[in-house]
Amino acid sequence: MKDTRVKVLSNKKISHVYYKMALDAPYIARTAKPGQFVQIRCNDSFEPLLRRPFSVHRVNGNIEILYETVGSGTEILSNKKEGDKINILGPLGNGFTLPRTTNGEPRAIIIAGGIGAAPLVYLAEELTKKKIKTIVLIGAKTKNLILCEKDFKKATPEVYVSTDDGTYGSQGFVSKLFHKILKTTESKFETIVYVCGPHGMLKCIADICQERKFKCQVSLEEKMACGIGVCLGCAVKTKSGTKLACEDGPVFNASELIW
Amino acid sequence: MAKLEVKIGKIKLKNPVMAASGTFGYAKEFEKLVNLKHIGAIITKTITLNPRQGNPMPRICETSAGILNAIGLQNEGIDNFLKEKIPYLSKIGTPIIVSISGNNIDEFFILARRLDKIKSISGIELNISCPNINCEGLVAQDTKETHEVVKAVRKITDKTIITKLSPNVTDIVKIARAAENAGSDAVSLVNTFFGMAIDINTRKPKLGNITGGLSGPCIKPIALRMVYEVSKNIDIPVIGIGGIMNANDAIEFMMAGAAAIQVGTANFIEPGVCDKIVKGIEEYLKKHKIEKIEDIAGNLDGNN
Ligand SMILES: Cc1cc2nc3c(=O)[nH]c(=O)nc-3n(C[C@H](O)[C@H](O)[C@H](O)COP(=O)(O)OP(=O)(O)OC[C@H]3O[C@@H](n4cnc5c(N)ncnc54)[C@H](O)[C@@H]3O)c2cc1C
Ligand SMILES: Cc1cc2nc3c(=O)[nH]c(=O)nc-3n(C[C@H](O)[C@H](O)[C@H](O)COP(=O)(O)O)c2cc1C
Repeated sequence: MKDTRVKVLSNKKISHVYYKMALDAPYIARTAKPGQFVQIRCNDSFEPLLRRPFSVHRVNGNIEILYETVGSGTEILSNKKEGDKINILGPLGNGFTLPRTTNGEPRAIIIAGGIGAAPLVYLAEELTKKKIKTIVLIGAKTKNLILCEKDFKKATPEVYVSTDDGTYGSQGFVSKLFHKILKTTESKFETIVYVCGPHGMLKCIADICQERKFKCQVSLEEKMACGIGVCLGCAVKTKSGTKLACEDGPVFNASELIW
Repeated sequence: MAKLEVKIGKIKLKNPVMAASGTFGYAKEFEKLVNLKHIGAIITKTITLNPRQGNPMPRICETSAGILNAIGLQNEGIDNFLKEKIPYLSKIGTPIIVSISGNNIDEFFILARRLDKIKSISGIELNISCPNINCEGLVAQDTKETHEVVKAVRKITDKTIITKLSPNVTDIVKIARAAENAGSDAVSLVNTFFGMAIDINTRKPKLGNITGGLSGPCIKPIALRMVYEVSKNIDIPVIGIGGIMNANDAIEFMMAGAAAIQVGTANFIEPGVCDKIVKGIEEYLKKHKIEKIEDIAGNLDGNN
């Protein structure tokens, strides 16, 4: 973990409210695991005051973050130009746990809801590198909010999409698509589910996994200040007491959480 | 080289910059981000006799140039602290001041008695922003109760006692005097200001606890005024806290009368900030040809 001042290599609007920023952060690129995050200081002034947490979206010598403009911090980020410098602290937290593999076992199902796709592309890339059969389900409200379909397809051929309004892929929540996929792709292998998205969706997927006795890892978003386990702002209730999203998470075993 | 050493009670600090309680964890969290040896003193997160779960989420919310927090003193209790945290803290080589809080005077007493036995602890900071069981409000809002808590702790330890004052009072000088009279070696001020924020879309408070404590740059002018008033009126050292983000802020507090300062919220934004502030103070002294840090303390007489 380091706090470094790095150069913005590119910052592009990819659709609607989504942006992708590449940062010249070789140390983080070298050390970050899928599911870990960084704390970015959007401004050198104190407005906004706190850093903003973003998942490591992809690494390739540099790192990329994928973000949605929702407020003042992300708005300021979206205006950064190539060559601008920003402070970035990371890698932080505990990422996803990748399974040990034997003969293609187990299989992985990745489920992304909205901006929840951000940490999952890197995960898909790492899983398939380990020759783990990986299925990806992407859900969003509507067609132009579907994220990373191409990137996921580069990692694995099995990518399925659903939109709440049916404008693309199958219609309905991604949990409905999950049910459908489970029916059509019975597997004799153990299944591990990785999920990131809005809280309601996480809960819904976690419930299905519990019924089916699948292992399920969820990446949580909690309001946080420091990102390094100091302020105790991002408390998460678990069966083994209060944990911190920044330090113990953001990835948790769904069965550990008190929902 | 300008001299940065200051003395608070029995503690000799190599410089006046301390990390504030609750914003620096138990120091280990920062080992890769700042040189812990360069900091004047480290004040650990407030501990209590028994473990505390803390408040419901959300516990943090950002406001204009500040943050509101309602953590609720989440901590593992003193047993765990002594077992898990003290071994590391003892090895750092920077004075360690342990912040404690109790539900009543007995708890303060028991905590202090246990810490008194540990050689590597340099001092105790009394976080008296806790409910006063004898009447409404906080201990830190009542002169008599403040006096009693400090007196009880004074009885059991010769270690340096710093009493941390709450700004949520009508007359902070009175409370500071009560701490001084009861034998406190120093006072630190301020803790956070009571505050609140509401999400107008959900029509709910932004904190699970509804109200919380405000910190950060937005509180600095008020904290500075309080440090000024208190330091004029008591004889023990005053430690200034509140929105210190850089060396200039720190120097301002010292000019207002603080013998040393604590850095809180800034640690979240710039984890290396304490080190930077030390260097900044050093540069300032050099630039202005000031020999020792004490020469700026409480000095508002201008350059001549
Ligand atoms: C571990 C983690 C990883 C994240 N990864 C991504 C990512 O890859 N891409 C992305 O677009 N977003 C991500 N988020 C959410 C992102 O941090 C927030 O959208 C962002 O902080 C909003 O800042 P703002 O100033 O634009 O919005 P504001 O609403 O003005 O922010 C106000 C405050 O609320 C906090 N906040 C607001 N929304 C969230 C949220 N959803 N989660 C946590 N804190 C929030 C902010 O940090 C800030 O302190 C992640 C959050 C966490 C906790
Ligand atoms: C998240 C958070 C947790 C805190 N926890 C404690 C604590 O446990 N004990 C204490 O005495 N003060 C605590 N404080 C108060 C700080 O030590 C400091 O007095 C206050 O934040 C004002 O300084 P600042 O503006 O530099 O942050 C906390 C502050 C914050 C922001």
